[in-house]
Amino acid sequence: MNTTYLPSDFLPIVVQFGLAAGFIVLTMIVTHRIGPSRKSKMKDDPFECGIEVKGDARTPISVKYFLVAILFVLFDVEVIFMYPWAVNFQNLGMLGFIEMLVFMALLLSGFYYIIRKGVLEWEQ
Amino acid sequence: MELTEFVIKSLVILVIFGLTLLIAMYSTYGERKVAGFIQDRLGPNRAGPFGILQPLADAGKMFFKEDFIPAQANKWLFIAGPCLAMLTALMTSAVIPFGDSIRYDGLEVAVQAVEANIGILYVFGIVSLGVYGVMVGGWASNNKFSLLGAIRAASQNISYEISMGLSIVAILMMTGSLSIREIIEQQHGGNWNIWYQPLGFIIFITCAFAECNRTPFDLPECETELVGGYHTEYSSMKLGFYLFAEYINMFISSAVISALYFGGYNYPGMDWVYAQLTSAFGDVAGHNVATLIGTAAFFAKALFFVFFYMWVRWTLPRFRYDQLMNLGWKNLIPLAILNIVITGTGVLFLKPIITALLN
Repeated sequence: MNTTYLPSDFLPIVVQFGLAAGFIVLTMIVTHRIGPSRKSKMKDDPFECGIEVKGDARTPISVKYFLVAILFVLFDVEVIFMYPWAVNFQNLGMLGFIEMLVFMALLLSGFYYIIRKGVLEWEQ
Repeated sequence: MELTEFVIKSLVILVIFGLTLLIAMYSTYGERKVAGFIQDRLGPNRAGPFGILQPLADAGKMFFKEDFIPAQANKWLFIAGPCLAMLTALMTSAVIPFGDSIRYDGLEVAVQAVEANIGILYVFGIVSLGVYGVMVGGWASNNKFSLLGAIRAASQNISYEISMGLSIVAILMMTGSLSIREIIEQQHGGNWNIWYQPLGFIIFITCAFAECNRTPFDLPECETELVGGYHTEYSSMKLGFYLFAEYINMFISSAVISALYFGGYNYPGMDWVYAQLTSAFGDVAGHNVATLIGTAAFFAKALFFVFFYMWVRWTLPRFRYDQLMNLGWKNLIPLAILNIVITGTGVLFLKPIITALLN
């Protein structure tokens, strides 16, 4: 496998990005140009099943969603810590495995704590 | 990188880009045909023979529809939402090796846009950015249903990303590399990861369903509760982009599944086929034909999983929101950690015993 990379080796990503972005921009312009455009006050309102719109949509929402997002940040960082360990797992051998077991035990105790705290109870 | 290599790579990218779009287009047709078959009806059969032109008709209709932007919406973000969703969907295929390599003029060019040693991390990074497309679009619509759908989509995607990441850690422990090509090459000769990682595979495919917002996890666009979810206000090709991005994600995740667990471009008896082809057509042409067959095998595997997505859609009912979150957090994460521990024990203790017994 290739182990040394030059910046030019990643040039195809730029090609792919250009292709994707070009396709998207072109499609957007074309569809905007060729479609009809009829405006009216009722039509431009947000769709709420025909009932008159009350207030703004951006009202406060359940805090559970934010808690999930914060927990995601914590756990995802912990998952990312495991990646370099996993790649070197066979070189690290037994000691590395035990160390990771300790790390995972700590992770799971935090996990147990948030479950006992009822953070993930959606029924309430 | 030399110019010839760059041109070949660009052609490969172009072909894969075209194929991805074509497959995404015909997935809509396939989905309706599979739905028809499972529900004992015909599915689309009016446009062309067997309704084969139906996706073209749909695309044409989408183009000619009014490009509608609600008065209260945040105009530029409203446009940016579907564009972001589509862009992230189209960028993912860059690191997936669709085949072995092409020999041309003494060069050996891999059938892959970028042979990065961080392949799987790149896929993860781009897939996580996909949340932005949905979130931006739903928020910019300024519609209560859209916002609820977008928030549901975001919290569902991030919840399942954790167990997805954990299920891949087990694969990395076995292969010791983040490069998808390396992972595929280690599965050469029927040595597929699915035999070692059945639990990891089940976790990964469940998370892939949730990441693509597919049934049974399609709560972000659950029509009984949220009208259309995050794309309630969208019309024309902007709606088309959201739907298209979903189908592209389906195909890409199927490709990743077949690369990680089902040997990618490896197929049974490929060494024999390779030897036959190189002796018949010579070193260069035979190698290229063998690569082509491998690529066909890869696409066949990926398309099987696209079919699997559709099959599940018409088999399982939708989850309730609390069930979805409980499955993601309370079941899949502990299971994925258990899988890592089992894999670690297996590699450290079982593997030496088995190799000692075999020798």
